Amino acid sequence: MNQALTKAAPAAAKAKTIEISGLNFFYGKTQSLKNVSLDIHDKQVTAFIGPSGCGKSTLLRTLNRMYDLYPGQRAEGSIQYRGRNILEPGVDVNMLRAKVGMVFQKPTPFPMSIYDNIAFGVRLYENLSKGEMDERVEWALKKAALWEEAKDKLNKSGLSLSGGQQQRLCIARGVAVKPDVLLLDEPTSALDPISTAKIEELISELKQDYTITIVTHNMQQAARCSDYTAYMYLGELVEFGETDQIFMNPARKETQDYITGRFG
Amino acid sequence: MTGEHSSKQYDHELEAIRSKVLLMGGMVETAFDEALEAFRVGDAARAERVILDDQAVNQLEVQLDDACSHLIVRRQPTANDLRTVMATIKVITDLERIGDEASKIARTAKNLHERGGVSFAHYDMVRTIAKGTVDLLHDALDAFARLDGKQALALIAADEVIDHEFRTILRNLITFMMEDPRTISSALDTLWVAKAIERIGDHAKNIAEYVIYVVEGRDIRHSKPVAIEPAV
Repeated sequence: MNQALTKAAPAAAKAKTIEISGLNFFYGKTQSLKNVSLDIHDKQVTAFIGPSGCGKSTLLRTLNRMYDLYPGQRAEGSIQYRGRNILEPGVDVNMLRAKVGMVFQKPTPFPMSIYDNIAFGVRLYENLSKGEMDERVEWALKKAALWEEAKDKLNKSGLSLSGGQQQRLCIARGVAVKPDVLLLDEPTSALDPISTAKIEELISELKQDYTITIVTHNMQQAARCSDYTAYMYLGELVEFGETDQIFMNPARKETQDYITGRFG
Repeated sequence: MTGEHSSKQYDHELEAIRSKVLLMGGMVETAFDEALEAFRVGDAARAERVILDDQAVNQLEVQLDDACSHLIVRRQPTANDLRTVMATIKVITDLERIGDEASKIARTAKNLHERGGVSFAHYDMVRTIAKGTVDLLHDALDAFARLDGKQALALIAADEVIDHEFRTILRNLITFMMEDPRTISSALDTLWVAKAIERIGDHAKNIAEYVIYVVEGRDIRHSKPVAIEPAV
């Protein structure tokens, strides 16, 4: 009930990793993001919440230009990252995706060994010796809290792992290329509660080193593991603020109706 | 409340809690009125009833605490729902204490009656503070029922008047006791009653503060009066 707690970390005091301003997004002629502006803060977890079709996943996918893979999809506006607008032509999209990594809703391990799942991405960007690569794989698996479970079966297929382990393998793969930002698109929606808890625990550890953005349908998950929350509806950003404020005392009635379950 | 939940059952659970709080409020309001009346006329039977009825108030507090825990675990309330549940847990504590204070007044009324004869107009001494506090409690419960933040804000100032009135009573009673030591027993009884009334005023003020918390999300407890101007 103490408001002083939520005021302890004013939004302006945190460094910004990504600054989104006036972002519009189109699937062909359909506009799915409308003039979205918000800042992603450095080494903080930012959650995007909202009903299906509100644009939260689309917003996430603009942050590493994942939409480039699909014809007819385009973004307008500005996403400032490391001093330039990543929406501009001429941006090295591969380097961008190495710095802004992504983990998807369903675990997507490659049909290869656990070791190679992680080494694969690293080889695209760096030329490491065998010893260095071994160290990197171990480091990434430790970061993703999977080392203890996987260290004795590094040569086994990534597909032999459980769903929760596969998702942590995907996180390890994302971490291995040493990104700045991790984009998590509903990373636990296919997982059981224990695996979910492990991923959430991992998120709070990873934010020591990385800026994290997560899309989730689970509002309690946003409340548990994010520092900032953005509520979106019909392609618009309705409210953005510190998570405690959004869940204790949202400024907008639309936000309150959604998070209290009075929606629709 | 702002519209209905997608889950009707959630609405029912919140409404059930709300109506029980209002029931509990009505019970302590009656207990307070009755205790004052027992004190005024020296009615021991009436006083006894107030003391007995307080058990039902205590039971309701336990039930409501339980209902709030269940709601939290089943629904994980957020925003205004969360504030309502948090405030309810606090409000029922204040209501239970008001019940206790009413019982104290009733016990003192019994003592006075059993001892017989008071050498001064004991009820006149507390008439003003009693009237002010009965109104304050009524209005606080009303503000809670209607979630009226503006009314709640006005009540916080009203409690200051009651605190001031208590200090006046204290000075008067000291004068009585110094002038005639035979009045000491009755004067002390009257003082306990005045103190209980003043405490009920404090609890009513707390309820008003929780109303503001539910409505506006502002926690104004322990704030200076200047800091609790309306947010709008």
